[in-house]
Amino acid sequence: EKVTVEVLDHLEHLALVDFRDAEGVERLQKAIQFADRLHEVNTDGVEPMDSVLEDRCLYLREDDVTEGNCTNELLKNAREKIEEYFVAPPGNIPLPKLEERETFLQGS
Amino acid sequence: VSAALKEGHVTPTELCQRCLALIKSTKFLNAYITVAEETALKQAEESEKRYKRGQPLGVLDGIPVAVKDNFNTAGIETTCASNMLKGYISPYNATVVQKLLDQGAVLLGKTNLDEFAMGSGSTDGVFGPVRNPWSYSRQYKEKSVPKSHSEDKESNWVITGGSSGGSAAAVSSFTCFAALGSDTGGSTRNPAAHCGVVGLKPTYGLISRHGLIPLVNSMDVPGILTRCVDDAAVLLGSLAGHDPKDSTTIQDTFKPFKLPSLPDVSKLSIGIPKEYHAPGLSSEILALWSKAADLFKNAGAKVIEVSLPNTCYSIVCYHVLCTAEVASNMARFDGLEYGHRSDMNKSTESMYAATRREGFNDVVRGRILSGNYFLLKQNYENYFIKAQKVRRLIANDFLKVFRSGVDILLTPTTLSDAVPYMEFIKEDNRTRSEQDDILTQAANMAGLPAINVPTALSERGLPVGLQFIGRSFQEKQLLTVAKWFEKQVKFPMIQLEEVERHNHNVFQHQKSASFS
Repeated sequence: EKVTVEVLDHLEHLALVDFRDAEGVERLQKAIQFADRLHEVNTDGVEPMDSVLEDRCLYLREDDVTEGNCTNELLKNAREKIEEYFVAPPGNIPLPKLEERETFLQGS
Repeated sequence: VSAALKEGHVTPTELCQRCLALIKSTKFLNAYITVAEETALKQAEESEKRYKRGQPLGVLDGIPVAVKDNFNTAGIETTCASNMLKGYISPYNATVVQKLLDQGAVLLGKTNLDEFAMGSGSTDGVFGPVRNPWSYSRQYKEKSVPKSHSEDKESNWVITGGSSGGSAAAVSSFTCFAALGSDTGGSTRNPAAHCGVVGLKPTYGLISRHGLIPLVNSMDVPGILTRCVDDAAVLLGSLAGHDPKDSTTIQDTFKPFKLPSLPDVSKLSIGIPKEYHAPGLSSEILALWSKAADLFKNAGAKVIEVSLPNTCYSIVCYHVLCTAEVASNMARFDGLEYGHRSDMNKSTESMYAATRREGFNDVVRGRILSGNYFLLKQNYENYFIKAQKVRRLIANDFLKVFRSGVDILLTPTTLSDAVPYMEFIKEDNRTRSEQDDILTQAANMAGLPAINVPTALSERGLPVGLQFIGRSFQEKQLLTVAKWFEKQVKFPMIQLEEVERHNHNVFQHQKSASFS
């Protein structure tokens, strides 16, 4: 059962990462095939495990400010900034549709 | 060597300079991405002042260490061996790094790894592969059959294993006395086994992950690489304990311990899980495993075969959970706040996409895409939740065995000794990880402490190690058993020309090669 181009396209949108070439798609196919082995295991009545520390209480500290004031330090690593803002290109513009963007999937 | 520092036989600056010189002459190993020469010498000078005043901070004062390049180090580039973080200068120290520095340790530099710690060879980083120092040892060279003269010296070097290969190589080649790695599926124990050093994976929740760039939040732990078990205990003592900055560290007070000088294993029950006789396990390692079991038997320990029935599914389970958590963890790399940023400026989404296309290698992109697939609404229940259920079964397998009276499990760490790089790259990263993590992965799944102890040299003259897995938070017992075993096997010291040339005084005796 091959993964459809619609799903591949959807994944590229969600991940904002591209498959790059046939090898990339093949990699996903193999990964799914490998993961399918999980269905051999009987997990009836088994609860999913989020963390091995599930029997312990999470540590919550007091809501006091103990550090911060490091704006300049943090801004040093950003490439585009103005005053104390990180500068991003315009938002709310969805990634171009499959037919309109540069992706290997176009050929499929 | 710590005693030598205290007594003034060697000074911290001398030690630091020698290590730096050795790093230079072993550059071909490619173990280090960044060497922080200036800051290291400064730290060494400070340490020297403290020793002169008779006020060293502790055993680690003046000891040169190295840190895997996925730990944040203030003022020093942290790259995770990826284009995504090239040029990224951390604004803070990871908690474990801070702890080392507070103890006076001298940070020599950042070690090489697989990109974002994804891999089992330390071959897939942007700065190139790490070479196993044993490739250049007398022991390996004596055993290699020369095919054609000069061509061979270059092409038959073996891998370090991964993903903490740089750290393992750094410790193995004597350029530092201890190194930090990380362990998510075996990334500290695997290269430890291939490089002939001690590799400790502590219990999940014992050591802070704050500042360790995350791969799988529910399985990652900082790993400790040293030349002997006592040193690992010292490092553990200075690193373990609750960190308010990492809410996944447990709140119990950690009591640093010293291991008994004459450990006794006669009252223990050692379990041999039969499923660890995995397909592909070399007959050499199988024989060593069996010999090890006999050693314990002869010492009076109870050695019994046990079963961890879901072992064969741990790799599949890991594959799904790891890719899912990776998909989430890698989402932070968008070029806005730090790291690589593409010139594409049409929209935020297209900038993110271009940045990520340019910054991540195939392995990372592959895992992100797979992870996103397993997390799709239509797949969530069947893959992600299913894997979480299987994880519980795996963790329960261990609980059952430990509840039945077994104290420690003894297993192989790897399926074989280190393979030549040219052979390793014939298969892709995922296939290799699938094969190589099989013996180490389950301990991460269950959050248990585990340690690789170098055991013997293979027929090819390369190190082979065995693994001990202990109960949660029972590192003292685990390390005691490991120390006992280490004393029994007397693993040989690597015979490296470069090391012998540089360090005739300090490293002449095995004892001074360690700091505790």
